[in-house]
Amino acid sequence: MDELPIQSGDDVVRVRQHVRVTAAHNGLSLVDQTKLVTAASELARNTLVHGGGGVVQVEVVKSPNGRVGVKLQFTDEGPGIADVDLALRDGWSTGNGLGLGLSGSRRLVDEFELTSRPGAGTSVAVVKWSR
Amino acid sequence: MEQVPIVKIGQTLFVSIQVELEDQSVLRLQEDLADELAATGARGVIIDLTAVEIVDSFIGRSLTMIGSISRLFDAETVIVGMRPAVAITLTELGLSLKGVRTALNADKGLEILNGIR
Repeated sequence: MDELPIQSGDDVVRVRQHVRVTAAHNGLSLVDQTKLVTAASELARNTLVHGGGGVVQVEVVKSPNGRVGVKLQFTDEGPGIADVDLALRDGWSTGNGLGLGLSGSRRLVDEFELTSRPGAGTSVAVVKWSR
Repeated sequence: MEQVPIVKIGQTLFVSIQVELEDQSVLRLQEDLADELAATGARGVIIDLTAVEIVDSFIGRSLTMIGSISRLFDAETVIVGMRPAVAITLTELGLSLKGVRTALNADKGLEILNGIR
C-alpha cells in the first residue's frame, strides 16, 4: 500500500499519475483507468480544497471471487460534512463548482463509502474492479 | 505550474494541451486566452485534447468557461481530439460541455470555424 500527501495542486497531479500507473498494472481497461483517475482527481481536489489537505492511500485489493481491484482511501482532518446525503446530490456545492465532484465520482467507481462528521474530518474510500 | 502555449495562425488561436493539467494551469490558460483574443482579434479558438488523459469537473467547467469568454470577444471555440475514454467518463460524470462546439480533429475544427466566418 502506498500513501501520498495531498497538500498542493502538484500533489493532485501526482495522485492522478500514481493511480493511473497502479490501475494499468492491475488489469483495468483504459476506460476504467480513466474513470478511476478522474474520480481520484475529484476526490483529491476535495481533500485539498474542502479538507485543508490530507492523504490518499492506494491499495491493490482482491475480491472473494479473485477479481483484482484498486482501492483509494482519501482522508482529511478538515471541517467535515454535516449532511452527507445532501453532499452526494448532483449540483450540491459549497464552493463555486458544479457540485459534481462527489456525486460524479461515485458514478465512476464500483464501490464508494463516505464517512464524515462535522469537526472530525472526512474519509472517502472507493474501489474500481478489473472486469 | 506549467503554462499551456497559445499559437495564432491566421484568424485562429490554437491550443494543444500537452501537459498534465493542474487547476492553476487551466485558470492561467483562461486568462492567457482572454488576453490573446483581446490583443489579436482572433475569431476562433481550437483546443486540442489529443494528449489529455482525463478531464474532470474542474477542467470541464473551465473549458466551458473558455467558450463563454471567447464569445464575449466575438470568437467561437471548438474542442477537438477528445479521447473515447475521456468522452465516456465525462458523460458519466455528468458533464456535457454545453455551449462549446466539438469536432473529431483539428482539421474538422477549422472547417467549422471557416463555415461560421
